[in-house]
Amino acid sequence: MLYLDNAATTPLRTEVLEAMLPYMKENFYNPSSVYGPARKVRSALDDARVAVANAINAKTEEIFFTSGGTESDNWAIKGTLAAFSAKNGDTPPHIITSAAEHHGVLYVCKHLERKGVEVTYLPVDGEGFVSPETLEAAIKPNTAIVSIMLANNEVGTVQPMARLAEVTRSRGVLFLTDAVQAVGHIPVDVEGLGVDMLALSAHKFGGPKGIGALYVKKGTALLPVLQGGAQERNRRAGTENVAGIVGLGAAIRLATEEIPRELPRITALRDTLTDTILKTIPHTRLNGPKSHDRLPGNVNISFRFIEGESLLLHLDMMGCCASTGSACSSGALEPSHVLMALGLDHAQANGAIRFSLGGNNTEADIPALMQILTPAVQKLRTLSPLYDDFLKTKE
Amino acid sequence: MEYSEKVMDHFMNPRNVGEIEDASGIGTVGNEQCGDIMRVFLKIEGDVIIDASFKTFGCGAAVATSSMVTEMVKGKTISEVMTITNEAVMKALDGLPAVKAHCSVLAEEAVQAALWDYSQESGITIEGLMPPKSDHGH
Ligand SMILES: Cc1ncc(COP(=O)(O)O)c(C=O)c1O
Repeated sequence: MLYLDNAATTPLRTEVLEAMLPYMKENFYNPSSVYGPARKVRSALDDARVAVANAINAKTEEIFFTSGGTESDNWAIKGTLAAFSAKNGDTPPHIITSAAEHHGVLYVCKHLERKGVEVTYLPVDGEGFVSPETLEAAIKPNTAIVSIMLANNEVGTVQPMARLAEVTRSRGVLFLTDAVQAVGHIPVDVEGLGVDMLALSAHKFGGPKGIGALYVKKGTALLPVLQGGAQERNRRAGTENVAGIVGLGAAIRLATEEIPRELPRITALRDTLTDTILKTIPHTRLNGPKSHDRLPGNVNISFRFIEGESLLLHLDMMGCCASTGSACSSGALEPSHVLMALGLDHAQANGAIRFSLGGNNTEADIPALMQILTPAVQKLRTLSPLYDDFLKTKE
Repeated sequence: MEYSEKVMDHFMNPRNVGEIEDASGIGTVGNEQCGDIMRVFLKIEGDVIIDASFKTFGCGAAVATSSMVTEMVKGKTISEVMTITNEAVMKALDGLPAVKAHCSVLAEEAVQAALWDYSQESGITIEGLMPPKSDHGH
């Protein structure tokens, strides 16, 4: 099988599974208990926290474990608004985000908007970039938080984060970045980026699903959204997902160690794959940045005259896994909000496929894919009335 | 979302793909906005559909319903074709996921649009046939 959907999720690494297993078997104790065996479990959590902190250049006390990217995004936004309202009383808070965010941020904002929160959705340019000037102009006296993703899951745009965060810092506004697609793939340094909060998720870099973390810079006014026990230093209640946390620690350690080797290798694969498709198959275009500010594994191509789902199905039948935009929007009828935000028309957005490369991919996968892709595109084009119409206008 | 084996068969091996050069009627429905465009070609002799073909831009269900509906109309009389509903197309495919039901509606409408084209060209009135809607609010 040809797996080219690493942005949806990655296979759990064997080393990570091995690290996790003892915490689902003999080391089952509750890390909050006081006896010896439980203290051993507690120290495994501490260890994982160090691994996460080191990976993003944070302090261990700034790392809070959550159930994944979605919870981290929800907590950061809702917890910031709660703190804002506690301080500012009835003043309605204002959120700034971008039109190309993951649903984990976008739908939180839409939900809050219905409850009376003001939201500004910043436009992105044709490659998915937010401009610092546009951000600066959108800040209001009641802006509580700016949430802009570090790397886009559909088109791979890596934002000029340090410049964006600098804008908010000088205005005293908190900055959250969803770095779910970035961590473990490109170097991420919270100090260098200058963000206040950062969301990450283990299953995007060889770890298990259902575990992630939120980095919260020391001194950030963030209230809990899950009330209950005193876990995570009173800020995120609930008995810890011990095996998951151990897995997150092991995975982030491995992935960040390997960045110097994997980043150039996967980037080269990405560029070869992109060039091969664009050269071999006519009427194709690359969506997202053409510059180096693009995730190493992301290739997003629009195939004119055909519809993405039908191409995906074809690839699937031939043993190749890819995706149209985000996994959640395949099956829905709406074209990707990200591609629409980039200014694509419906036809281009409907014909887009994302191939996302990861540690499991090699050079041999490119000819293997092309062997399936080229005839599939050809076949669907012979089916397409739009292709007929196009050929007729050319005659 | 899961497609039936029948749907996958008609998607991977679509029947009646292509144009009919001397078609008696051609119907195109849908638009790029909704992601599906179907074009159905009918060859009619006397009262009978002697051949049918299609070209479709769209998802797996759109291709499968076009393929199935062209199979269903072949050899039928015009009045028999008028009774083919989208439910019948869905049933023949062992069902469609709920979000894809509109594809079967499009297939029914594409056939009716081709019949409309035929009736306009030939001056023959077809009982119960409505002019095609110009656009689709999907
Ligand atoms: C950019 C981005 N944010 C958030 C998420 C959600 O993360 P999780 O699946 O851990 O909830 C994902 C992936 O699904 C993502 O790609």
